[in-house]
Amino acid sequence: MTKDYDSIPGTYVYDAERGRVGYALNMFCMSLNKAENRTRFKSDEAAYLDTFPLSAEQRRTVLERDWLGMLKVGGNIYYTIKIAFCDGLTFQDVAGMMSGVPKETYAQMMLAGGRSPEGNRFKETGASAGAPKVAAAVAVKIAE
Amino acid sequence: MAKIIAGIACSHVPAIGVAMDKGLTGTPYWQPLFKGYEPARDWLAKLKPDVAIVVYNDHASAFSLELIPTFLIGVAEKFPIADEGFGPRPVPAVQGHPALAWHLAESLILDEFDMTIANEMPVDHGLTVPLSVTCGQPAAWPFKVIPLCVNVVQYPPPTGARCYKLGQAIRRAVDSFPESLRVVIYGTGGMSHQLQGERAGLINRSFDTAFLDNLTRDPLALTRISHTEYMREAGSEGVEMVMWHVMRGALDADATEVYRHYHVPASNTAAGLMLLENRSAV
Repeated sequence: MTKDYDSIPGTYVYDAERGRVGYALNMFCMSLNKAENRTRFKSDEAAYLDTFPLSAEQRRTVLERDWLGMLKVGGNIYYTIKIAFCDGLTFQDVAGMMSGVPKETYAQMMLAGGRSPEGNRFKETGASAGAPKVAAAVAVKIAE
Repeated sequence: MAKIIAGIACSHVPAIGVAMDKGLTGTPYWQPLFKGYEPARDWLAKLKPDVAIVVYNDHASAFSLELIPTFLIGVAEKFPIADEGFGPRPVPAVQGHPALAWHLAESLILDEFDMTIANEMPVDHGLTVPLSVTCGQPAAWPFKVIPLCVNVVQYPPPTGARCYKLGQAIRRAVDSFPESLRVVIYGTGGMSHQLQGERAGLINRSFDTAFLDNLTRDPLALTRISHTEYMREAGSEGVEMVMWHVMRGALDADATEVYRHYHVPASNTAAGLMLLENRSAV
């Protein structure tokens, strides 16, 4: 089924379709709210993941910390971020990695006012729109 | 009689809580944001509310995908601070107001809002950061708190119009509570931000400014913003702003803006704050 929000570039809305695919992945992440589970996960990630019914690809994205990949296999950012917290990373660290730029570049973009909506509203125009309003040095184009 | 005297719209960025908990509020990065919070703390201290209804969303803390309440009200005596994956925030536990909370639950359900009722739940940064922003770092929170959770994590959240109507029903319920109580209501989350995908970091200052302006100028127009418009214009997580409509619906139609503060960035987010007063309660 097509949805009107599918036209937004670089965005993975956690809807029914993703909810059906991502449930086990996100529930693994939820388990990391408990300190003892964080310890178990950190001491042997593969063994801990064995206790959840993840797909092979979901398992790979977790073990490789493929943050964008997790979203594509049903991860919800409010859940997958808990893996990042285990690693001592922040929301901003992960956001930078998902958008494919170095940490410093992303931080500079935010300090300069964030990613402009100009040229980033629709997939169709994302590649051909004029330069984003953020300063050229920190402008980050979305490659769809 | 209980009455709603004021409304507070406030972003609930977790990093704002971390900055306070780690004593970083005076650093060059955070100082401009926190400087703008000072007038809000003075204003709220003078208002001396007895109870705050805090409309927020749980972020995979009290609730997982196992159970997803669209609207939920907490009726407990006390709400512990949640471990969200890095240990609980070092802030006081939240004291509830069971009498008013149960009255709200009953009134809202009979007023056709089918609330989920929580007797036990921890509260996360969605609730505690706005308290920290507006109260600072007291040994105990200066008023009782009724948590009211709105799902915005699993699409779709309730519509802005539905949230506004819930606010109106909250107003009717508070007005019918016989005890004399001064009540404030918080609408939290937002403003523009996107935490996920290649488009992470999206900020839309002009959308946010218009939104703040219309909270007093034309709040009903704001309730017609669709989820897709929020996500496209204000980032995928900007849809949290539906929660501000609950707060706004609980205020007078001609509630007045007494203060606003807007700052970019707070981590990945445009942090907004607005204080509104009910003329009828002054």
